[in-house]
Amino acid sequence: MITAPLLEIAVLILGMIILMFEAFATKIDRRLLAFAGILGLTAVLVASFFVAPSSSTNQTAGFWSFYTADSLSIFFKQFALLTTILVLIMMIDYAPVVEDSVAARKVQSALGEFFAVPIFTCAGLMYMASAIDFIFIFISLELVTISFYVLVTFTRHNPATLEAGVKYLVLSALSTAFLVYGITWLFGVTGQTNLQRITEALANSAIDRTAALFGMVLVLVALGFKIAAVPFQIWVPDVYQGAPTPVTAYLSVGSKAAGFVVLLRVLRPFLMLPETHRLLVLIAILTLIYGNLAALPQGNLKRLLAYSSIAHAGYLLIGIVCLDGRAVIFYLSAYLLMTLLSFAVLVIVSQRTGDRISDFDGLGKRSPFLAFAMLIAMVSLAGVPFTAGFLGKFFIFYAAVAQRQIALVVVGIITVGCGFYYYLKVVRAMYWQSTAKMDKIPISALSRVAMSALILAIIGLGVYPQPILDALKR
Amino acid sequence: MLLFIIFCPITAAILIMAGAPARKTALIAAMLTLATALFLLGSLPVWQGDFQQVTSFSISSEWHWGFTTGLDGLSMVMVLLATIVTLAAVWFTGKIDKYENAFYGCLLLISGGAIGAFASIDLFFFYAFHELALIPTFLLIGIWGSGNKTAAAWKITIYLAIGSFILLLGLILLYQSVPVASRSFDIRALKAAAGQISPDAQRHIYLLLLIGFGILISLFPFHTWAPEAYASAPAPAAMLHAGVLKKFGLYGLLRLAIPLLPDGARHWTSLLVVLLLGNIIYVGLVTIAQKRLDWMLGYSSVMHMGYIFLGIASANVLGVTGATALMFAHGLSIALLFAIAGEIRKRTGTLLLDDLGGLAKVMPFAGLAFGLGTFAVIGLPGFANFAGEIMIFFGAFKNGWEMERFHLFQIATVLGLWGVVISTVYMLRAYRKTFMGTLAERWKDLIDLRPILRAPVAFLVGALLCYGFFPQSFVRIITPAFRPYLSVNK
Repeated sequence: MITAPLLEIAVLILGMIILMFEAFATKIDRRLLAFAGILGLTAVLVASFFVAPSSSTNQTAGFWSFYTADSLSIFFKQFALLTTILVLIMMIDYAPVVEDSVAARKVQSALGEFFAVPIFTCAGLMYMASAIDFIFIFISLELVTISFYVLVTFTRHNPATLEAGVKYLVLSALSTAFLVYGITWLFGVTGQTNLQRITEALANSAIDRTAALFGMVLVLVALGFKIAAVPFQIWVPDVYQGAPTPVTAYLSVGSKAAGFVVLLRVLRPFLMLPETHRLLVLIAILTLIYGNLAALPQGNLKRLLAYSSIAHAGYLLIGIVCLDGRAVIFYLSAYLLMTLLSFAVLVIVSQRTGDRISDFDGLGKRSPFLAFAMLIAMVSLAGVPFTAGFLGKFFIFYAAVAQRQIALVVVGIITVGCGFYYYLKVVRAMYWQSTAKMDKIPISALSRVAMSALILAIIGLGVYPQPILDALKR
Repeated sequence: MLLFIIFCPITAAILIMAGAPARKTALIAAMLTLATALFLLGSLPVWQGDFQQVTSFSISSEWHWGFTTGLDGLSMVMVLLATIVTLAAVWFTGKIDKYENAFYGCLLLISGGAIGAFASIDLFFFYAFHELALIPTFLLIGIWGSGNKTAAAWKITIYLAIGSFILLLGLILLYQSVPVASRSFDIRALKAAAGQISPDAQRHIYLLLLIGFGILISLFPFHTWAPEAYASAPAPAAMLHAGVLKKFGLYGLLRLAIPLLPDGARHWTSLLVVLLLGNIIYVGLVTIAQKRLDWMLGYSSVMHMGYIFLGIASANVLGVTGATALMFAHGLSIALLFAIAGEIRKRTGTLLLDDLGGLAKVMPFAGLAFGLGTFAVIGLPGFANFAGEIMIFFGAFKNGWEMERFHLFQIATVLGLWGVVISTVYMLRAYRKTFMGTLAERWKDLIDLRPILRAPVAFLVGALLCYGFFPQSFVRIITPAFRPYLSVNK
């Protein structure tokens, strides 16, 4: 019988084995390590489907007072595993860039860590999905963040990467400080760190509401940084653009999803105070407007995807405001598929040409498969029916209409219009524009399989979303 | 059978993208769908008023959401229109220089989307199938368009995207406005529960649907995307979009807004009448001022939407039947005109009315076809358009007598009749400038339509005449779809 905590332990052991292997077996092709990681994570992913969700009822003490294995957490563990597997596949394609930039003399010297660190990040993300205690949230968040410090600066001979790394380090540390400070205030007011008991304590009218609100706002700041909500989004464009592309994909999917899970968990206690609700509405509106408007003039695809990630945080926040966990989770799943697909294409194309949108000119002729994959990703991000992205928006708007959040709906509709413009800009480059370079772009078999699976999943979920909706009902 | 009609074009599109010979596959698929549609028209008892050939695959029992298709008289007519225009459009396409497979694929995707939308009983698929056409349209205008194609492609795509998301809100609100127990994406189930929608909710939903569908139909003042897009689009794309896809919004109003939201429709009648007069009079006058043939055709198709809106606004069986008839007739006639205009552009490279002239001397068949299209659009008796327009005008006028207060509809009808004069002016003027007069020296060597292209022309004109002479055969299958809920104000 497999229980939920075993999954994380398995992932951690896998990460350590790969690190050890890297240290002692110097002669092997480092890419084997990535394949080993992919295989190991796939095994854990398969195992996770046999874990029976159980909501921990006995929350008074011990392990189960800070760790839950409910269906939400299991779903997000699978989400994190799948993301990491796909990111590792991208990293294999990206390996030549890392080799070039890290060490000219010793070939492959650093690749081992490049493949091992994401596995630790994955463990952190999985712990975060289960965390129901502020201390545990903080620890798993740090595991994720610190491994990201390493990953973001991995190609450190590139000045842009270095800049991205420093920005990420400083701002991330700052947000962590906010989180700790917020937790302390909440602990001071309620005397608890467990979310359930904080909720109970806040129901008591004797507590100091101003102090509690202050603590919550500080925690919201830290989570806003994680999910890239305005006004805590300043770091996003530069870091996304400077970081190695697979790491950017990981940041924009894994890190954001973890932020939203925590947000979903802390929402119950937070909404005991109505002020937080209004604050969240305001943040959602600002995020939608800023993300979409700033994406309009971008000419660099990586930067465009950075702003689009802010924009999608806005749509997700609509779901959060409406307290519709299922809509948020479906949107996140769709977001995972389409974002990773677009980054997978970007990783391959940018090594040949570059990561500006104009570098995609004529891709429809040069590589019909890559262009089609990108077309599906962009169309889904924009929200065209029969793709997962549309159903995500549908569920979000459904929740917003049901709650009569008129301001959010109006802003949402207008920004969807903006989205169509900047996503189709990429489609336009691929199919309308012509280019002088006509050589084919080679794709490895593994990437081809992964991309085809993502395309099928996007269209499949766009027509038949029931599996995801069911996964959460268990 | 019905599933075959929906998925035949889509499957063909996928095959063509995967490398099947483009023109042959597309033609075969279009012919097969048309043949199946004609067979269904002959064999199904669609005059009974309820949906025939219903097939259903459940997707979510929790939401009462499934892939449900079926045909009644109204959707039968629309599917027939879509299949006829698809065949004509594919036939007129000919050789394409770059990405030939993608061109045919996009055309068939638009057509499959339109047919799917008309044949869906499920609200979600009704909406989603229409959107299937969005990206192919963007690509068709962007890659193969002419003139100011970039601006036109952006404009149509963003307009239609925002319009359909407004429509989506309306549909969500409609779904949520019935009690939880009877919520369903199935239009038939919604119709059964429609009595429970409060008048207040009806008003909001109807307004959202009117704006959403209105943008898709190019209702004044949301019409500015249409002429530019049709002028820039390659002729087959303009044929399909103006002829078929734009009818989706009208179909939606007839299918959802009128039967489910009678109070909402009554509340917004005066607004709709004012807007549709904008379509008829204002856009009509703008059309007269056009200097290019393609722009003129684009504006004229916007203007004729006004008549159809008048029929829908009249909300009695006669007017609504007339609106459906005119949708069918207009789809065929505008497709014919765009096809001929596209052929002229292929040969001359210009559609400036001042540059053309006397073309009937060198292209007699094209002149004849364009002339017949002109007569149809003007509404000469004998063509289907006449049957539709006269039913609309009678229906709208009669409605006014029963309102027993300020006779809004009579005024609208009288003003609308001036639209016929306006359209006569611009159509005949365009015909004279293009085909009559002296032939310029440089057009001496133009060749007429090749015999193979005469088939689709004959085919479109034949359908127009057939319907024009025997409108009763169509009215018989359309009216039962409306009788149940419009009988009160007959």
